[in-house]
Amino acid sequence: MSLPFLLEIGTEEIPDWMIIPALNNLQDMFQALLDQHALGGRVSSVDATPRRLVLRAEGLLDRQADLEELVMGPSKSAGAGAAAGFAKKMGTTADQLATHSTAKGEYFAFSKRTPGQATAAVLARELPNLILKIQWPKSMVWNGKGTERFIRPIRWLVALLDDAVVPFEIGGVKSGNITVGHRVLGQPSLGVILQNFSQVLKANGVIVSAAERRDKIESGIKELLAGKPLRAKPDPDLLHTLVYITEFPTPILGSFDPSYLSLPREVLVTVMRHHQKYLSVEDTYGRLSPHFIAVMNTNADPDGLVRQGNERVLRARFNDARFFWDVDQKKKLEERVEDLKTVTFQAKLGSYFEKTLRVVKLVAGLGGNERAALLAKCDLTTDMVKEFTDLQGIVGGLYARAQSEPEEVARAIYDHYKPLSMEDEIPSTPGGRILSLSDKWDTLVECFKVGMIPTGSRDPFGLRRAAQGLVRIIVEGKVKFDFPGMSAELSEFLRDRVEYYFRDVRGFAYDELRACMAAGWNDLIDLEARLLRVKAIRTTPDFEPLAASFKRIKNILKQANFEPSYALSEALIEPGPERALYDEFQCSYGQPLEARIVTLRPKIDLFFDKVLVNAPDPNVRRNRLTLLQRILKEFSEIADFSEIVTERQS
Amino acid sequence: MSTGLTFQETVLRLKQYWSERGCIIQEPYDVEVGAGTMAPETFLRVLGPEPYRVAYVQPSRRPADGRYGENPNRLYKHQQLQVILKPAPADVIDLYLGSLKAIGIDLAKHDIKFEEDNWEAPTLGAWGIGWQVMLDGMEISQFTYFQQCGGFDLDLVPAELTYGLERIVAFLQNVDSVYDIIWTPGFRYSDVRLKDEQQFSKYNFELADVGMLWQLFDLHEKECQRLIKLSGVVLPAYDQVLKCSHIFNLLDSRGAISVTERVGVIGRVRRLALGVADAWMKEIAPKVEAVA
Repeated sequence: MSLPFLLEIGTEEIPDWMIIPALNNLQDMFQALLDQHALGGRVSSVDATPRRLVLRAEGLLDRQADLEELVMGPSKSAGAGAAAGFAKKMGTTADQLATHSTAKGEYFAFSKRTPGQATAAVLARELPNLILKIQWPKSMVWNGKGTERFIRPIRWLVALLDDAVVPFEIGGVKSGNITVGHRVLGQPSLGVILQNFSQVLKANGVIVSAAERRDKIESGIKELLAGKPLRAKPDPDLLHTLVYITEFPTPILGSFDPSYLSLPREVLVTVMRHHQKYLSVEDTYGRLSPHFIAVMNTNADPDGLVRQGNERVLRARFNDARFFWDVDQKKKLEERVEDLKTVTFQAKLGSYFEKTLRVVKLVAGLGGNERAALLAKCDLTTDMVKEFTDLQGIVGGLYARAQSEPEEVARAIYDHYKPLSMEDEIPSTPGGRILSLSDKWDTLVECFKVGMIPTGSRDPFGLRRAAQGLVRIIVEGKVKFDFPGMSAELSEFLRDRVEYYFRDVRGFAYDELRACMAAGWNDLIDLEARLLRVKAIRTTPDFEPLAASFKRIKNILKQANFEPSYALSEALIEPGPERALYDEFQCSYGQPLEARIVTLRPKIDLFFDKVLVNAPDPNVRRNRLTLLQRILKEFSEIADFSEIVTERQS
Repeated sequence: MSTGLTFQETVLRLKQYWSERGCIIQEPYDVEVGAGTMAPETFLRVLGPEPYRVAYVQPSRRPADGRYGENPNRLYKHQQLQVILKPAPADVIDLYLGSLKAIGIDLAKHDIKFEEDNWEAPTLGAWGIGWQVMLDGMEISQFTYFQQCGGFDLDLVPAELTYGLERIVAFLQNVDSVYDIIWTPGFRYSDVRLKDEQQFSKYNFELADVGMLWQLFDLHEKECQRLIKLSGVVLPAYDQVLKCSHIFNLLDSRGAISVTERVGVIGRVRRLALGVADAWMKEIAPKVEAVA
C-alpha cells in the first residue's frame, strides 16, 4: 500500500519573511520522521500562505514492516529453569525457544517478532512534537504561561493519511478534515479530502500555491498596464513579501498627483515601497510615473474604495514628506551639528556628536572631505529621517545639495551608508568612500572597545555588514587604509571578513588566500594584487614544483630550528649547483615574481638534487640554511607558497 | 464614500459593540499617559490569573509628536480606543473584524491585512507579539498578544486591541486632515481640539520649565518609592509612575535630556514600574492561592 498524506497547520497571520525557512524546516523534519520510523514515502511539496503551512507526502506505507530479531538467551547448560525464565521474559513458552550454536557452545534463542505500528498511529504520536519544533525567530504563547509556543496561535489542523484523519491535538486544537477559507472571501469551516483540498480552498479565496499567487500578481500587473507606456519597477524582494502576505492577491493600479514628483524620487519610492508595499511605476524612459501598484488580499475592488483608500493614504504620506522637507529646511544641516548631542549613537558609546568628531578626525587623516564628515549625521535630527529612517544619509545628501553645499559634500553624505549589502555599490566618489570607510571603522573600533562583539548569528549593531563594506571600499575603491591601532579581537574579526570577501565573493582559492594572507593583509589593495599574481602564476608549469620546494625549504628550516641571524658568506658557497642558485637569486633580484619563478625553479631543483644542506661543516651548513632562508623570505613577501596545495600532496 | 459616522458615533458604536461582548466600559484614566496600555486598566489588570474584559477611550499624550496643529496627521494628543480581552478567545480576530463592521466598514469592499508588528515598552517591562492591521493600506489598529508586563510572564495571554480613532474616522469620512473630521454635526475636530494642539505644542516645545520638571520628576519618584514599600496603595504608587513617565516625555520634547542622561532616566521609570507590578502581584497573591 502506498498512501498520500496531507498536513495543514492553520494559524493566525505569520510574518512573511519567516515562512520559507519554516517550511524548509518542516519538510526536513517530516522527511526525517518518515525515514527514522521506516514509514516509507517522500515529502512531495510544501507550501504556505500567511495563515497556513501545508505539507504533502506520497508513498507512505500503511504500517511499518514487522521487525524480526533473534534474541539470545541463557546457555543450554543452564537448564530448564533458566530456559523457562527466558521464555517468560520473551512472552512465550520454553517449547517455542530455538537453539543457537556459537563458538562458545549452544544457547537458547528466541526469534522475536515485533509487529509494525500503523503509520497513522506513529504520525499521531509524533506530529505534535514535530510541529512545535519548527524553528521561528520569535515565538509566543497564547494559552497562558508555560504552554506550547508557536509563531502565532494555531487555530486549526488538517492531517489526512489517504482518506482518514490522523488524530492528534495541540493546545486544545484537534486535527481533523476541516480547513478554513479566506477571512472575507471564504467559509470559516470547510470539509476537505486530500484530493480536493486545493480546489476547495481556491473556491474559498485561498490560493495555496505561492508560485500561483506570484503568477497571479505578475499577470494582473501586466493586464493593468496593458496598452500604457508604463512598467512596474522590478522588485523581487517586495514581490516575495506580497506573495506571502496574501492568500488571494489582486493588484490594483492607483495614481497620485503629479505635483508630488517634485519631491526627490528616493523619498517617493521609499514611502511607496517600505511604508506602503507598493510597486513603483516608471515610464519608458525610466522616469517615475505618478502611479503605483498595490496588491490587495482580496479578489476585487468593486466600488474603487480600496484604490481610493490607498491613494488617500499615499497622499497623506507624501504630504507628510513635503511637510517634513519644508520644515527641515528651516534649520540647515550645519546648524544641527550641536543637536547631535541629544542623538544616541549607542548607549555605552555616547552621542552622534562625539562620533562625528571622531569621524571628522579620521577623514582628515585620510585626506577626505571634512565638511562632509561634519554634516554626515545631521540628517538624524530631521523630521524626514525620523519618519523614514531608511533614508538616512540620502536625505542628508539631498538637503546638503538644497542648501548649496558643494556637490562633493552632498554626494559624500548621500552615499556614506553604502554599501548596504554585498549587491549594493560602494560610494561613487572618493570623498564618499573615505567618509563611509571612516564611519564604519569608527563604529567597529568603538563597539569592540566596549565588548559589543558579534557572536554566532547575533549581530545587533550590524558589525559584520559594516566590516564587509569596509573591506569592499578599501579594495574596490582603492582607498589606502591600514587599520591603525587595531585590537587583537577586531583583527581576528576583520580577518574573517577579508577571507570571506576574497574567497566567497571574489572566488579566490582558499590556499591562495591563506598563502597571500600569511604574507600580511594590512594593505588590502596590495593583498588583492598579490592574490591576482599568485592566481595567474599558479597555472604556469614551474609554479607547482617551486611551491613544493618552498614547502621543503620551510620544513628544513623548521627541523634545523634555524635562527636567521647570520650574514650570508659568499666565500662558503660551493661552486656548482649551490653557486648557480646563489647567482640566479642575486641577479634576478628586483625582477617580477613571474620571471624569477621560471629562472629559479631549475636551480632550486638542482640544488636539492645535488647539494647536501646538512653539510658536515657546521659553517657551510649554516650558510646553506641562510641562503634558503633568504630565498624563502623574499618570496614570502608576496605569499607563503608553502600554503599552496600542490598536486603531489592531494 | 464620505457617508462615514461622526467621530463620536464611531466611539459610541465601538463601546456598544464591546459592551455587548462582555467588556466593562471604563472611562479614560485621568492621569496623563502616552498610550492606552499605560492606564492601570491595562498595565495592572493584565497581571495575574483573573480574567478581565475592558474597553475605554484613552486620550494619549505624546508631547514630542505635537505639530502646533499645522500637520494634518500629527497630534500631540490623540484618542485611542483600547480593548483588553483576558484571556484572548480563540475567535478574537473574528471579534475584531466584527467591530469594524459595527462602524460601517463593509469588508467585502475593502482590503484588510495583518502585518507583523511586535510591541515592546521597555519602560514598562512589557512586550507582546502581534500586528498592525491595515485597511486599504492604512494602519487602523494595533493588535497585540501580551506576553510580559511589568517584567512578569503573564498567566493568561490577553489580546490588546488599540484603535487609532482619528485615523479610522478620517478614513471613514474620507478627509485628508484629522482637523476636518466631523466630531458631531456642526462641530469639526478642529473646533474641539485645535487650541489644545496649538497651546500644548507651544508649552511642550518652548515653555515647559525644565528645572521645575526635573524637580517634579524627583518628587514623584520619591513618592512612588515610598508608596511601593507600604501595603494597600499600589494604585496611588502607579499614578506616580505615570507622572514620572509624562514628565520624562515633556523633558524629552524640550530637548533637555542628553544621551547619557536618557538611559539613566528610562531606567528610573522602569524600576518604578517594575516595583509597582511586583507590589500588585504580591497584593493579589492571596487570591491566587485561594483560586488554586
